[in-house]
Amino acid sequence: MSQITAEIVAQHGLTQDEYKLVLDIMGREPNLTELGIFSVMWSEHCSYKSSKKWLKTLPTKAPWVICGPGENAGVVDIGEGLAAIFKMESHNHPSFIEPYQGAATGVGGILRDVFTMGARPIANMNALRFGDPSHPKTRHLVAGVVAGIGGYGNCVGVPTIGGETNFHKSYNGNILVNAMTVGIAEADKIFYSAAAGVGNPVVYAGSKTGRDGIHGATMASAEFDEKSEEKRPTVQVGDPFTEKLLIEACLELMATDAIVAIQDMGAAGLTSSSFEMASKGGLGVELELDRVPMRETGMTPYELMLSESQERMLMVLKPGKEDLARSIFEKWELDFAVIGHLTDSGRMVLKWHGEVVGDLPIDPLAMASPEYDRPYEIVRETRGLRANEVPEVPWQDALTTLVGCPDLASRRWIWEQYDHMVMGDTVVRPGGDAGVVRLHGSNRGLAVTTDCTPRYVEADPVEGGRQAVTEAWRNLTAVGARPLAITDNMNFGNPEKPVIMGQFVGACQGMAEACVALEFPVVSGNVSLYNETQGQPIMPTPAIGAIGLIDNLDRMATVPFKAADDVIVVLGETLGERGGGWLAQSLYLREVLGREEGAPPPVDLAHERKVGDYVRALIGAGRVTACHDISDGGLLIALAEMAMGSGIGFDIKTDPGPRHAYLFGEDQGRYIVTVKDGDVADIVAQAEESGVPVRVLGSTGGDAVVVDGVTGPTVAELRRINEAWMPGYMAGEVVEPAGAP
Amino acid sequence: MKAAVIVFPGSNCDRDVAVAVERVMGVKPLMLWHRETAVPDLDLIIVPGGFSYGDYLRSGAMAAHSPVMREVKARADAGVRVLGICNGFQILTEAGLLPGALMRNRDLKFICRDVHLTVESTDSDFTRGYRRGQVVRYPVAHHDGNFFADEQTLARIEGEGQVAFRYAHPDGRVDEASNINGSRNNIAGVFNDRRTVLGLMPHPERLIDDHLGGTDGVPMFKSLLEALS
Repeated sequence: MSQITAEIVAQHGLTQDEYKLVLDIMGREPNLTELGIFSVMWSEHCSYKSSKKWLKTLPTKAPWVICGPGENAGVVDIGEGLAAIFKMESHNHPSFIEPYQGAATGVGGILRDVFTMGARPIANMNALRFGDPSHPKTRHLVAGVVAGIGGYGNCVGVPTIGGETNFHKSYNGNILVNAMTVGIAEADKIFYSAAAGVGNPVVYAGSKTGRDGIHGATMASAEFDEKSEEKRPTVQVGDPFTEKLLIEACLELMATDAIVAIQDMGAAGLTSSSFEMASKGGLGVELELDRVPMRETGMTPYELMLSESQERMLMVLKPGKEDLARSIFEKWELDFAVIGHLTDSGRMVLKWHGEVVGDLPIDPLAMASPEYDRPYEIVRETRGLRANEVPEVPWQDALTTLVGCPDLASRRWIWEQYDHMVMGDTVVRPGGDAGVVRLHGSNRGLAVTTDCTPRYVEADPVEGGRQAVTEAWRNLTAVGARPLAITDNMNFGNPEKPVIMGQFVGACQGMAEACVALEFPVVSGNVSLYNETQGQPIMPTPAIGAIGLIDNLDRMATVPFKAADDVIVVLGETLGERGGGWLAQSLYLREVLGREEGAPPPVDLAHERKVGDYVRALIGAGRVTACHDISDGGLLIALAEMAMGSGIGFDIKTDPGPRHAYLFGEDQGRYIVTVKDGDVADIVAQAEESGVPVRVLGSTGGDAVVVDGVTGPTVAELRRINEAWMPGYMAGEVVEPAGAP
Repeated sequence: MKAAVIVFPGSNCDRDVAVAVERVMGVKPLMLWHRETAVPDLDLIIVPGGFSYGDYLRSGAMAAHSPVMREVKARADAGVRVLGICNGFQILTEAGLLPGALMRNRDLKFICRDVHLTVESTDSDFTRGYRRGQVVRYPVAHHDGNFFADEQTLARIEGEGQVAFRYAHPDGRVDEASNINGSRNNIAGVFNDRRTVLGLMPHPERLIDDHLGGTDGVPMFKSLLEALS
């Protein structure tokens, strides 16, 4: 009689067609352990079956790329013998079910992806999306996620130097927690996951294996329903203390020549790590599962293979290096066990007290995982709005509404819960365009940012994808960094729906165009699909994490004004659809008027490149006193942020034409810089010569915002409003966001 | 001048403070693993920040009973200068080398930001480089920095001039609004009765060069260097 019923197959998230493929590959009926392995290996989360076809279209190469997608993280050359290793990864579903542990283990997982490759992590970031502030669960989720990220990162001792947080009702039932880690390694000492050397020992190190997180990868590959909370037991529990020990132990072992290959046990735990290592090396592996350090008694092979217990590593060592490795892990009080060896069979053989309990072919399973070309429909809104279609409210009122709205209010409440200074190299703290950490012992720095504007992507996936990459590039440029590469964290709804699949395909197209035009390749990434609850999808959110290099920390720029009487210059063009500024999909439209409509502002990639390169050169020449790119909220918001960062006011004159469009339009490709009075003429002339639109807007000084001779709110008042929302909201004092519909 | 930094499993400011010592004092400190019992002659022992043993049980509680701490206590009794920063402060109070205890912050959240401190006493090898009443800016990064002592202890440490730093406003005023974590009498750092041991929650090692946003931490390491050379 068959052990594997149709019901068991369905519980494992496999379709009947997929199960037929399983039978073909096995040549017999699998046992439950084997079925479980197929289930996690072919889950959307591990196999990228819906997204693979489109991910392949993203550009991944540049002369400075050492290793692109496919390894644990991406690797780029940053000169002087060093490499930066980085990746961003989602932990959305677990964080919604159990926000503290979900977010904490998200941080733990991405840290492991980076130090697995030999890098010491030097910075963390995160991109968070929560539901409407008035939704009853939002406050609880914000509090839990922020505490979880802090609880993990603070203990491990890696600074969290920035990130982004948005609120929107589309995330009510499905928040996004995307965590990013950047690490540094010697460029000639990168560790990869491809196993080599038949007979070499396979060792396990780190925490013991428990029953937590079984089927996490399968959970992350299904829509949520009202019963999802019952899945709480599949959320893993993190132990940052063990992670800290694991980092130190791994880096100590990596300083020797003992390791052949190494892979952390992340999603799908021992199954996916052992499969990937063997598959990449074209080898087989035999594991003696009874030797795996276990936290509980009575665990079965099925549970051991599928557990997602945290803080565990799998390694292939050179023969005879077991004792050396053991002594290092024991010094750090971590478990260590030789659990198997490599074979030339091309098969994974699982033993339990000497008896074979699983025997699967590796390549057919890993390589022949289903790949779908899902039907898609790219829905693009192309119509902008003329300024006269958008009512004008007094700019002072719009300004105060916007600086206090949930998406623009100060995030201090969040980042003060993260240790952003540990490791002693944080040069730009959170709150700017990009966080900057010094490369230890040098005068060079790495700038790190995360960005995405989901409302643009929803309105037009292609333009939105283009904008997300470009905005990240702009953020790095604005601090004076040379943008190097990105990691993408693709968060979308159910790909089985053509419009959702179209969002994914369109975003990939737009991203690819921007990556090519800006020489800004994708070196790592992660896909999170099925972000829907009861059929309600999230806004498409291709979060971009990016890094750039600053060659000389004495020549960089930050957001706050530095002094009174500096001249304010705008570089880039404010056009709008009919002149005067692009208000469709702007925060002005949404937060002040309660409308979410129209096409997002278009990105002209050649123009971006030209303007950005000019700004970076100006900063590099030491001629800029402050710099900020213009994004959400438009020009006046960018200026207000520069003012609030410094306490210094400003006085500007707008162009003739609709003032609200000029002040709050979200035209792309623009930066504000402040310069010394004596430099202005020269800078303007140079910009014009380079074909960069330039306009002198006014000057810094005073303690208030002055527009066209009218004095508006003081900087102190703006700061109060900007700082008040988040703590007030979290304390339960604000239910409805100020000014929101 | 011979200095050592203790390293517990879970310490994470050990490198930061070693960098500060080397940069400001010009000496490379010895890094002492928590299991160490054979400790050479030293002039200064630093117990760094972090999450020793994960801070499970209670911050600093397990570290206070580690093998190396027996040696640290003996040296402190012999007059060797001991500096505990953040988790190091928690460990020194748990070990009984300093009075009081550090409880969870008043608002129950981790706090990482720059704070202003008044220098309450310059009569120590740690603080001689500052002016009495001077306002300095150090970063804090802690979850359990809420200094508590019973009335009698508090009266004693206040009376004996054992308060080293208080949380203050930038202009030096000390009041409830400048008390970031609920500490009794705004206390951010205390000495032992001989002022040979200092514990403080803020991190002087995090502001030692302009790229990090300031240099207010430098005089502490300079004072120690001058006193101990």
